[in-house]
Amino acid sequence: MNVAVKATSSSNRTGYKSFELGSFKFSRDEYFVYIEWRSKKGRMTHYMSADAFLRAMMRDVAWGFFYYQVNFDHVFGTNNLYGRVQMFAGSYNETFKAQGLDLIETFETPQIMATFQAILADWTNAGFDPFAAPAETTTDWLGKKHGNNDTAINRQRQVSKRMVGLPGDTPIRTDANGYPVNRAFADVDQSQPEIHAEKGYEGRVHGFNLFAHLSRSDVTWNPSVTSVCKQSLFCPTSEEYILPIKHGNDRVEWFIQLSDQILWDVEDKATGRPRAKVVMKAGDVAAMPADIRHQGYSPKRSMLLVWENVNPRIAEMHATGEIPPYPIKF
Amino acid sequence: MGDFVTVFGSLGDYEKGHIEIINDDPKNYAFSNVFEVASKAKPYEKVAVGKNQQNLIEAIRAEGDSPWYTCAHDEFALVMDGEVEVHFLDIAEVDRAPKDKEGNIAIKGQPKGKKMGHVVLRRGHQALLPANAAYQFRARRPSVVLQQALEGENTIYRWSEICLK
Repeated sequence: MNVAVKATSSSNRTGYKSFELGSFKFSRDEYFVYIEWRSKKGRMTHYMSADAFLRAMMRDVAWGFFYYQVNFDHVFGTNNLYGRVQMFAGSYNETFKAQGLDLIETFETPQIMATFQAILADWTNAGFDPFAAPAETTTDWLGKKHGNNDTAINRQRQVSKRMVGLPGDTPIRTDANGYPVNRAFADVDQSQPEIHAEKGYEGRVHGFNLFAHLSRSDVTWNPSVTSVCKQSLFCPTSEEYILPIKHGNDRVEWFIQLSDQILWDVEDKATGRPRAKVVMKAGDVAAMPADIRHQGYSPKRSMLLVWENVNPRIAEMHATGEIPPYPIKF
Repeated sequence: MGDFVTVFGSLGDYEKGHIEIINDDPKNYAFSNVFEVASKAKPYEKVAVGKNQQNLIEAIRAEGDSPWYTCAHDEFALVMDGEVEVHFLDIAEVDRAPKDKEGNIAIKGQPKGKKMGHVVLRRGHQALLPANAAYQFRARRPSVVLQQALEGENTIYRWSEICLK
């Protein structure tokens, strides 16, 4: 699908283009991104630091708008309707909503995806990797436009059909295929399981080192799919610093902390009111209910297993109250 | 080696996290720790630590030889601590789980079948438990396995015992 993106020519002052999608306008300068919309009470402008905006938009694009809600911060974000995407400002902020200052508009997915990709491509300077931890990239996100980093922003999320390492499936990460061990996981054992398959069973007797695989991830906060049990997906990921978005669930999501620790801020999905802080250490398991949004803080690069249910009816079942937002009653 | 130390848990050395409630019920998070669960379980009890409709994550204390199991669909075993062998048999169709049955079933005694091979898993290693094969866990010392599974007749629920309240 060929989609036209509405963009200005490059600014003669900063070098960056400005963009429009529906009633929303996006522009940036040396430090900040500006999002404008027209509410029932008049024009509104929201500001974000450009690095925070680019890190958030990188996840929204890489995840294909993910499972429902991606909040760039307390004001701006998107809702995935799986075929269409809502873009909003203030709609899930209690004060903006109550004061009638919010706006939500719906777009066909290819339209908003093309616009977000164009913004990322134009606003990501050479040297800045929005997928990387701050210690691993540069401050090239700031200043006037200088080059681009298409290699970094066009990485493809790895999605296994059955299991990593099986013939025809996602390959095991190695130095040779471009995945060196991350500096923060230099002490992680790299041995592979001993596989003793009898003749004729080579493809069925199989295993791999998941922790070594994660130690070689070249991105942060970007789950891959490593094993598939019908509608149950293991989506492990390596995390460092702050999850650049607040994820609002349309289903219950589970976290299993495989190494180190992550601190989670949990807020009400509709209002943003704080609900809890969840401190997860190695071996901890916790559900993230279907009516919350969450943001993680990982003091050291850590391994997190995100466990997803891809039942195609699950979002509707929660939305209609057919099933509760909490997975377990005890 | 660099300046970083990666912290994994084990049966003998784990630290459970916690929840600081602002305006919520801690039960909503079904918060547990797999090493704590396994430390209090009998060998090869499959204790649910995560449930999303019929989808499960089970924590298993592996110690000695398990029963033989089989399943009509793929499942997966991830070793979180220790060392576990998984042995596989290609069993006859009559001994397999019914095609539409979800979750694994235990096989009484030693099943008959052609040896497929085995894997040796240590911490962080994950194995495929392929559909329709029979498999058995063997562990010389207490170890911990997380199984990506579906709800079945072997699943044990202990939410009120294992979760923060």
